[in-house]
Amino acid sequence: MSRQLEFDIFRYNPQEKGSVPHMQTFVLDETENMTLFIALNRLREEQDPGLIFDFCCRAGICGACAMVINGRPGLACQTKTIDLPERITLLPLPVFKLIGDLSVDTGVWFREMYQSTESWVHTTKVFDANAIEERMENEVAEQIYELERCIECGCCVSACGTARLRDDFLGAAALNRVARFVVDPRDQRTDRDYFEIIGNDEGIFGCMGLLGCEDVCPKGLPLQNQLGFLRRKMGITAIKEIFRK
Amino acid sequence: MQTYYSDLLVIGAGLAGERVAVEAAQDGFDVICLSIVPARRSHSSAAQGGMQAALGNCAKGEGDNVDVHFGDTVRGSDWGCDQEVARLFADAAPIEMRRLAHWGVPWNRVVPGKSFYFKGGEKFEKEEKEEKRGLITARSFGGTAKWRTCYTSDGTGHAVMCTMDNRCAELGINVFDRKEAISLIHDGDVCTGAVVRCLRTGELEVYLSKATAICTGGFGRIYKATTNAVICDGGGHIIAHDTGVVPIGNPEAIQFHPTGIVPTDILVTEGCRGDGGTLLDVNEERFMNIYEPEKAELASRDVVSRWMTHHMRQGKGVKSAYGEHLWLDIRHLGDKHISTKLREVDEICHHFLNVDPRKQLIPVRPTQHYTMAGVRTDKDGAVYGLKGLFSAGEAACWDMHGFNRLGGNSLAETVVAGGIIGRKISEFLQGYETDFKTSLVSDAVRKQQDRMEKLASGAKGKENVYKVREELQNALMDGCFVFRNDAGLKSCIDTLQGTLEKARKVGLVSSGAGANHEMAAALKIEGQVKLGLCIAKGALERTESRGSHNREDYTARNDKEWLNRTLAYWREGADMPELQYEDATPCYEIPPGDRGYGGGSIIEADKAGIEAKTIKK
Repeated sequence: MSRQLEFDIFRYNPQEKGSVPHMQTFVLDETENMTLFIALNRLREEQDPGLIFDFCCRAGICGACAMVINGRPGLACQTKTIDLPERITLLPLPVFKLIGDLSVDTGVWFREMYQSTESWVHTTKVFDANAIEERMENEVAEQIYELERCIECGCCVSACGTARLRDDFLGAAALNRVARFVVDPRDQRTDRDYFEIIGNDEGIFGCMGLLGCEDVCPKGLPLQNQLGFLRRKMGITAIKEIFRK
Repeated sequence: MQTYYSDLLVIGAGLAGERVAVEAAQDGFDVICLSIVPARRSHSSAAQGGMQAALGNCAKGEGDNVDVHFGDTVRGSDWGCDQEVARLFADAAPIEMRRLAHWGVPWNRVVPGKSFYFKGGEKFEKEEKEEKRGLITARSFGGTAKWRTCYTSDGTGHAVMCTMDNRCAELGINVFDRKEAISLIHDGDVCTGAVVRCLRTGELEVYLSKATAICTGGFGRIYKATTNAVICDGGGHIIAHDTGVVPIGNPEAIQFHPTGIVPTDILVTEGCRGDGGTLLDVNEERFMNIYEPEKAELASRDVVSRWMTHHMRQGKGVKSAYGEHLWLDIRHLGDKHISTKLREVDEICHHFLNVDPRKQLIPVRPTQHYTMAGVRTDKDGAVYGLKGLFSAGEAACWDMHGFNRLGGNSLAETVVAGGIIGRKISEFLQGYETDFKTSLVSDAVRKQQDRMEKLASGAKGKENVYKVREELQNALMDGCFVFRNDAGLKSCIDTLQGTLEKARKVGLVSSGAGANHEMAAALKIEGQVKLGLCIAKGALERTESRGSHNREDYTARNDKEWLNRTLAYWREGADMPELQYEDATPCYEIPPGDRGYGGGSIIEADKAGIEAKTIKK
C-alpha cells in the first residue's frame, strides 16, 4: 500500500530571527491507518523538531488541531492520510493570530467571546446545598447539550466570509453559544438582553448566509438553524423596540 | 521579566484546577489559573462516561446512599485508599452534582415510564417513577452496587468543563492559556509561586502567590501506549518532585485498559465486550475463554489486560507498523446494534481506522489509562513537604482510589475534591501572609534560563529528546505494564538508569525559539525518567498484588506487610528514588476483606492492629 506522501507545510516562526513566511516540503512514507496526527508528529520527531503545531486529545474531542487541510478547515487528528492525495498542503487557520507554523491562538479569541456574550447562566437564584436539585425535562437537557457540543476548534470562524472581512464579527460559534443560553430555562435573560449582545452587524445581522460555518463544523452542529432561530427572535425583538418608541 | 501576583496560583485549568479556583475566587481571593492549552481542551473534557454521586433518583439507583458509594470506592481501591478521604468524597458528591446543575450543567434527567436496558447482552425492563420526573438520572458502571453515574449524553466531561469555565469567566478569574510552569519557587519549606514558560513566545515569566495548587492531571504519556491526551505528560508532578521534599504517592499504582485502538490508543468502550464482542489473536481465534473459562472477555479490566499481554508474549499477537496488537470482533452484533448502542465506537472506527466494524476487525491492545499515583497530599489537599502547596484531581494522590480507581470516580473526583480542597485553600489564605524573597525568585529564574540555554546550545550533550523519551516509554511498557515480576522490574530499572544519564545530556536539534515543542519536551525529560524509575522501584519493592499492581511472582494481596502507601522522594543529586511508607489509612470504617470480584488470595493482616483502628458505629 505504501505511498510516499509529500507535505507542503506553511512555515513561519515570528520569534525566530530571520524567519520569513514560506512553504516547506517534507516527504514521508505512509503507514497503515495513518492520520495527520501521526504524520505531523513523525515529521517533528524525525525530520524537523522546530515544526510548530498543536494537538491535545488526538481523538476529535478537544478541537486543538484545526488547520487548513488541502484548502479546507478541519481537525488534523481525525483526518486519515488515505483520504487525501499524495500531495498534502497544510496551512494555519486564517482569522486567528498566528503563533508559529500551523499553530494559531484560538484561546484568546474564544475567551473574549465568553466575555462579550456573557457566556454563563444569569440567575438571581442562590444555590442551596440542602435542597434537592431543580427539576428539568430531559428533552430540554438534551437540547442544551446538543448546542454545547461545540469544541471551539475555530473551523467555522475560519470558513466565515464575514469574519474574514471584519474583526469584530462574533461568528457562528458565538451565536451558537448564545442560542445555548436562550434555550436554557435556568437563564433569566430576556430577548431584549440578548438583543443588546447580538442584535447588530457584529452579531446576528452581520451574517451573509454563505453556510461555510456549517459545512466545515467537525461536530456537525446545526449552526445555520441556530442562526435562523436567533435572527427571527432578534428581528421580532427589534420590531417590538420600534413600536415601544 | 513579566511578574504576576495573586493569592492563589492554580497550575492546570482542567476541572480540578478550575473548581479549586472558583471556590477561592468566590471567597474574594485573587486567583490566576495557568494552562498549557485553552482550558476547555483539558483532558477533563475527553471523559465521556460520567460522575458517580449517590443521588438515588433513577429506578436502578433506588436505595443508593453515600455509605454504599463509600463501600464501593473502598472495595474498588483494594483497601489501598485513605478511608477518611473516601468518606469526604462520597458525602460531598451529591451536593456537588446539584451545584453543577445550578451552574448550568445539562445533566440527563429522569423520564417516567417503562424502558429497556441491556445487561450481559440480555434485555431487561425497568420503570421510572413519576415523582422522580426531571431529577438528575444515572447510568450503570462497573464495580458499583447501584446505578450511580450522573451523565450528559456521551459528553459529560465536555459539558461540565464548559460550565466550569463559564463560571470562571463569570467570576472574572484570570485563566491564562499556553503557559507552562517549569519550576516551583520555594525555599525548601514554603512554596511562593512558579517560573513559567510562555508557550506563545518561549519567554520566561514569574508568578508569585501565597498559595499554589498543582492540578495538572495524570502522566500517562510516559508510557508508549496511553489513552491520555498528549498534554498529560507529568509536568506538574515533575516540578513538585524536583523540589526534593515532595513525595509521589503510590507511584506503582497505574491503571490499564484492555481496548485502546492501534495506532492512536483512543479508547473503545468496555460496552463492546459487555454486549458480546470477543477478542481474537493473530490466527483470528478466541483466547480469553481458554484463560478465564467462566467470565472470558467479561473479566475485570486488569484481568483481561493481563491475559492479552500474556497471549502476545506467547507469539500470538498481530504484528503491525505500530507494534503488536490483538483484534476486537463485534461483527456478529449486527448493523442495528452497532449503529445505535455502539455509535461512538462506530465513529471512532470510521474516523481513526477506516474500519467498518460490521465487516472488519478492530485492532486493540492494553493501554495505560489512569494514574492513581500522584503528588502526595493530606486530606485537606496540602502537599507533603512544602507549606502553601496544594494539589487536586488526577495529579494528586489525595488518595481515594488506592490501587484501583472505579469508573465514574475520576471525573467526580475532579469537582468534588476541587470543591473540598478549594475551601481548605481559602481557609489557609485567611489572614496568611508570606514573604517573596527577590533573591529566591531571581535564582529560580536564572536556573531555568541556564537550563534552557544549555539545552539550546547542546552544552551538556547531543542526545535527542524524542529518542530518550521513546527509550523511557518502551522500558515502562516492557517492565512496568500490566504484568510485573522481579526480573522484568530489575531490568527496567537498569535500562532507566542509562536513560536517566542520556536525559541529562539532551541537546536540541532546533533553535528552541518561540513556541518550540522540542524545548518543552527537553525541559521535562529528566523528570519523566525519574517518574518512570519511581514506578519501577515502587513496583519492585511491593512484593504483593493489589488492585492494578500485579506481580506474577507474588500473586496474593499481602495485608500483613503491604497495607500501606509508598512515598517516593527524589533527593537532590540522587540517581534513585528514596522510598518510605505510611499506613494506607488512619482508620477503618470497613476493615480489609474480599472485594467480591477479580479473585486472588489474601494474606491477612494482624487482627488486633486492624481492630484498634476500626471505627465502631
